[in-house]
Amino acid sequence: MSEHKGVWVYCETDESRLKRVALELVTTARDLADKLGEEVVAVLIGNDIERHAEGLIWQGADKVLVVNDEILAKYTTDAYSKALANLIEAHKPSILLLGATTNGRDLAPRVAAKLKLGLTADCTGLELNDKKQLLQIRPAFSGKVMVELVSPESRPQMTTVRPNVFKPAEPDDSRTGDIEHVKMQMSPDDIRTEILEKVKEVVEGMISVDEAEVVVCSGRGIKEPENLKLPEELAKLLDAAVGGSRPIVDLGWLPPTQQVGQSGRTILPNLYFALGISGAVQHTAGIRGASLIVAVNKDPDAPIFELSDFGIVGDLFEVLPEIIAEIKRVQSER
Amino acid sequence: MLIMGLMSPAGQRTGSPRGASFMKIIVPIKQVPDAVEVRIKEAADTLNTDGVPQMLNPFDLFAVEAAIQLKEEKGGEVVIMTMGPPQANAAILKALAMGGDRAIHLLDPAFEGADSWSTAIVLAEQIRKMEYDLIICGRQSMDWDLGQVGAELAELLDLPQITGVRHLEITEDGKHVITHRVTEDGYEVVKARMPVLLTATKGLNEPRLPNIMGIMKAKKKPLETIDAATLGLDATQIGRNGALSKTVRVFPPEKRKGGIKLEDVEPKEAAKQLVEFLAKKGAI
Ligand SMILES: Cc1cc2nc3c(=O)[nH]c(=O)nc-3n(C[C@H](O)[C@H](O)[C@H](O)COP(=O)(O)OP(=O)(O)OC[C@H]3O[C@@H](n4cnc5c(N)ncnc54)[C@H](O)[C@@H]3O)c2cc1C
Ligand SMILES: Nc1ncnc2c1ncn2[C@@H]1O[C@H](COP(=O)(O)O)[C@@H](O)[C@H]1O
Repeated sequence: MSEHKGVWVYCETDESRLKRVALELVTTARDLADKLGEEVVAVLIGNDIERHAEGLIWQGADKVLVVNDEILAKYTTDAYSKALANLIEAHKPSILLLGATTNGRDLAPRVAAKLKLGLTADCTGLELNDKKQLLQIRPAFSGKVMVELVSPESRPQMTTVRPNVFKPAEPDDSRTGDIEHVKMQMSPDDIRTEILEKVKEVVEGMISVDEAEVVVCSGRGIKEPENLKLPEELAKLLDAAVGGSRPIVDLGWLPPTQQVGQSGRTILPNLYFALGISGAVQHTAGIRGASLIVAVNKDPDAPIFELSDFGIVGDLFEVLPEIIAEIKRVQSER
Repeated sequence: MLIMGLMSPAGQRTGSPRGASFMKIIVPIKQVPDAVEVRIKEAADTLNTDGVPQMLNPFDLFAVEAAIQLKEEKGGEVVIMTMGPPQANAAILKALAMGGDRAIHLLDPAFEGADSWSTAIVLAEQIRKMEYDLIICGRQSMDWDLGQVGAELAELLDLPQITGVRHLEITEDGKHVITHRVTEDGYEVVKARMPVLLTATKGLNEPRLPNIMGIMKAKKKPLETIDAATLGLDATQIGRNGALSKTVRVFPPEKRKGGIKLEDVEPKEAAKQLVEFLAKKGAI
């Protein structure tokens, strides 16, 4: 096991664009690697992706491994898992972090099974214990409990890490490192799935709840789809994303990309508004990372108040227009 | 193209003669505790879920329903499979009551304490002995939310995988699946030749509720119980011993303390106090 060295980050790209989570994870990897006295290695797999290598070094990587091939232009489980597993076998890292994105969570278990590795999905915390093992910390049971896991025997210790949990450091463009290109033997026959089409469902102009600093979320208390105009007005004032609880999305009032909660998105905004949302565990599982939670609900016993930093018991149709007016007033005074 | 699932008008079969498209589908399911009822009191190394009501993993319901719809339209057999304790029988009966044809219960005290890996190797060992066109798992189980067993199983069986499927069709030649796989900003249309492993997610269908007839019939459907020795797996490979990930500790999440709560305050005044609060925090 001692031969395994290096904290690796699989730096996911999507159609040649680097995902933000890669920067978050390189920052985290740097921290772990310094404590272990090991290197940070960033792994780029895809097509037309070399241009990200330098930025990853500025972010904290000592070395970047680049597997660039036209056949990797689109993510496929077969090609990417083969590429990543081959790199791991050749270099024997001690830790491998991936973003807990759709493709990260497709790829990681496939690679883990290829190499017989322990794996923990969707971690929200990473630490080292006194044996210098990676403590993999994550919520379970809809956020009701936290669990700490280790992979004592298998190397690399492998986890997917939830996006938005770690903050990327400021890049340092004086940092230097090695960029190594790796050729893979890969033929179209290795790929058993065919992507016929990619369809984007994001509504034009709608800010995604994943990225927004402020999220204004409505629940069943909003009653009618026309009433969403109110939260939308508030969102506009604050450059916020408009989100919904599951019933609102199930009713088709907002697209699935805007659903917050366990079966939707986990978000970490600075400010979160829960408007007419009761605060069921499956919903709050998605918002525990918010810095400030504001709730408006007419039921004083709604569970959302147990979580909120500022709660207003009242009818949202009376309270929200006043909040909007007050924010407008304050903003106009600035 | 023959479209399966909710979107399709029943009986819209074309092309291949009946029987030629007979499909063998395996659905691995898991019984999970109802998260709403789970409580922990203090730090522990395991989570005690004794007495917590159990249910069939919600994502697995989509898998079971998809398999049954395919069988109903094309003919075939749906085999329900679980590795779990004796009480997981309830989950099996539910899936059979929905319309599964037979079930395999991988049951052995030595399976206890398994992680994704030591679950997947047991399922794979059994599935290697079977014939199948499709394996449909749930996207993830609602207890630990890992979503790993499906892909690990696919790798162990050397099958292509499509995870997070919310729409499923079988091509007219009966040889390929065409799926919609959920992505962060929409979906991708993915085609693969069978046999293939899919993981089912929300949107694939509306799982049916078993009716009385179904529930009565379920009890009479064939149910095989298979232990580790029969599978040819030894104790070091399975359950807690075979697990590559070990739980060190379980603890309650940091409690968020409820903060300010305004009751019986005029909306205008409440709004003013809120905006003052947010401004002070630098949030607006
Ligand atoms: C497996 C599973 C996964 C799930 N995943 C998710 C998920 O990802 N996201 C999610 O949100 N849910 C999810 N749910 C559903 C969740 O359990 C709740 O049913 C849901 O969050 C409730 O949504 P809500 O708060 O909008 O509606 P309700 O629970 O109906 O609450 C409406 C609230 O509005 C208040 N209200 C009504 N009128 C007014 C008014 N005029 N002014 C102010 N307040 C008012 C009421 O007092 C009430 O508290 C999931 C459930 C399951 C079983
Ligand atoms: N013990 C088990 N027996 C049968 N199938 C399982 C078991 N555990 C997980 N699965 C399947 O794998 C899927 C993903 O589970 P998980 O990786 O635990 O989130 C589930 O939805 C099931 O379809």
